[in-house]
Amino acid sequence: MRHLLSTQDLSRDDAILILDTAGQMAATQEREVRKLPTLRGKTVVNLFFEDSTRTRISFEAAAKRLSADVINFSAKGSSVSKGESLKDTALTLQAMGADAVVVRHWASGAAYQLAHGGWLHGSVLNAGDGTHQHPTQALLDAFTMRRHLVGSPEGAGLDGLTVAIVGDVLHSRVARSNVQLLHTLGAKVVLVAPPTLVPVGIARWPCDVVHTLDEAIEGYDIDALMMLRVQRERMTGGGSAFFPSPEEYTRLFGLDGDRLGRLPEHAIVMHPGPMNRGLEISAEAADSPRSVIVEQVGNGVAVRMAALYLLLAGEEGAQ
Amino acid sequence: MSRPIVILNASLYGDTTASIVVEDGVITQVGETVDAPEGAWEIDASGLVALPGLVDLHTHLREPGREDAETIETGSRAAAVGGWTAVHAMANTNPVSDTAGVVEQVYSRGQEIGLVDVFPVGAVTVGLKGEHLSEMGAMANSRARVRLFSDDGVCVYDPVIMRRALEYVKTFDGAVVQHAQDLRLTEGSQMHEGEVSAELGLAGWPAVAEESIVARDALLAEHVGSRVHVQHLSTRGSVEIVRWAKDRGIAVTAEATPHHLLLTHESARTYDPLFKVNPPLRTEDDVEALRAAVADGTIDIIATDHAPHASEDKDCEWAAASFGMLGLETAVGVVQKVLVDSGLMTWRDVARVMSENPARIGKVDHLHGRPLAVGEPANITLVDPKAAWTVSADALSSRARNTPYGGIELPGRAVVTLLRGAPTHIDASLNPPTEGVPA
Repeated sequence: MRHLLSTQDLSRDDAILILDTAGQMAATQEREVRKLPTLRGKTVVNLFFEDSTRTRISFEAAAKRLSADVINFSAKGSSVSKGESLKDTALTLQAMGADAVVVRHWASGAAYQLAHGGWLHGSVLNAGDGTHQHPTQALLDAFTMRRHLVGSPEGAGLDGLTVAIVGDVLHSRVARSNVQLLHTLGAKVVLVAPPTLVPVGIARWPCDVVHTLDEAIEGYDIDALMMLRVQRERMTGGGSAFFPSPEEYTRLFGLDGDRLGRLPEHAIVMHPGPMNRGLEISAEAADSPRSVIVEQVGNGVAVRMAALYLLLAGEEGAQ
Repeated sequence: MSRPIVILNASLYGDTTASIVVEDGVITQVGETVDAPEGAWEIDASGLVALPGLVDLHTHLREPGREDAETIETGSRAAAVGGWTAVHAMANTNPVSDTAGVVEQVYSRGQEIGLVDVFPVGAVTVGLKGEHLSEMGAMANSRARVRLFSDDGVCVYDPVIMRRALEYVKTFDGAVVQHAQDLRLTEGSQMHEGEVSAELGLAGWPAVAEESIVARDALLAEHVGSRVHVQHLSTRGSVEIVRWAKDRGIAVTAEATPHHLLLTHESARTYDPLFKVNPPLRTEDDVEALRAAVADGTIDIIATDHAPHASEDKDCEWAAASFGMLGLETAVGVVQKVLVDSGLMTWRDVARVMSENPARIGKVDHLHGRPLAVGEPANITLVDPKAAWTVSADALSSRARNTPYGGIELPGRAVVTLLRGAPTHIDASLNPPTEGVPA
């Protein structure tokens, strides 16, 4: 594996290897000294064209616990606002000798372009590109589901599980990444969204689509319920709004105590964060024992350690 | 005047073999045998197809304003190399071609360079803003003799402004040339809305945004009894609407670009902005419908929408990149590949859709798109349908490099272009004489 750009590029074996490796990484994090020497001397650049403190510190923690040198590069400008171009930024990082570039970008495809533009030689790890992909988020979600819902997780997929993903699928890189990865790992995926927030052209996606949360709860034996963040401005954007009002959204798609109670006993509640409490998820649901939302954050570090390890240590092995 | 030229044994329109003599800018003999005038340059044209000089109804020359991307001179050279003898320069320059002054400047600069007739297209509205009609009468009556008006790049969206424009151009037998795009349905759009956009997470440009405007404008043209020309049709639905409108007797004409006849939205998977164009590349099904529509006459012409861009406007994120691709130098090869070699059309049909019809729609058919016959102006393109070549961006004459065809092999190309008897392009393979050949 040279880059991690999209969950679509991952075979089942690739995905399970990352999850298993993440399991080993997580185990090391229980120790008193959590730092591993694995990536000593390697330089990991966190290149963020879009603010995301949560994702950045998760990657930073992952790289540091593997003893890599970490450089945080916040490039908030863009070629749209006449800042430095993606190409020039890439050339700069290449000159500095980045072994891996973790990139978060507002433009779909930016990670792909960095990996294939011929501008830099290091590994590229997509930390979210526009509304396209966010593969480590899907991997940490899968890791979390496997821990809770699969008897002996090591080496296993998610076969037979049903996962409902609720909310703004249209603008969600988390949803796109998850649909592909969950399918690869053998889970059944149900997308739950108003038709305005379902992309046109997904007839061939390996998933079902329903249009209210109640319909999903009645119609499927849900093992994991993943609530997506809904941006308030998408629902109140005047003539361009995707939904009449936040209140209506909450009524039809919000997860509250009542809906939580109608889920199977073992079902877990997930959210990629940051949450809009009271909009897509009530406090009762978010803070319930079935919520694994905080655990997702912790697992994010382990999964990102695994991804960095496999990209960078693998590279060394090949030399 | 330039030296006389004898074109020996060309295949006229790809069907009859004859020789052509050109003297003083005019065709003076056509026949199986001809008398070569003294001092004539003889071109052995056996195996070459002779067509009336090609006429592009949709070209961006970028001058004035973006001379870093293209100039009237570099664009004229690209046109000549591509086999064109006339191009229609779109109005989205800076300043916008919305006054007699600007269109006369563009026209005169084209004449001064002399490689191709540059016919400026005037803006429909001042500054392409869609608010006030530009002084179309002044442009029509200027030396540039503008007959086509377009806000190309932007749709004339307001139905009342569109109606008025359609009515107004009747004064000088003009036509409104529409970039059909519902602006509200395409805010922020990046590529065709469908399976690929859903997966790539690029905002969709739905087919209906084009089709609804095509339908509206056809009905408006019918209502006011005027001519509308629809640019770069890209969807099967648009084809069906144009076919319906023509059956109904509405004066609508339509064009397709070479790229919409060859490429599909699958190209976007590379996230390479060279494939970003407006309207966007569509599906295989749309491509098939467009090809069939060009062949059956529903689509009247092929036009390039040659859109040069500076490399920094393409060497960036897809969403940040400019829309558009080069087309002048590759059009003949692409058309041969998708329409002629596929058996859908003959070279005579190519003459119709790339020369005669565009000249007629542009109201320059007294100068261009004329028959290859004695007494006619010697605007002639010789195509070598066996001269396969691999496109290389760096080898193009255009100042810009944004061709989507780099590395692709095209089956043929224009090898000689004559504008009023003067060679404006002679392919190196013909060992051109030094005299009378452009540098």
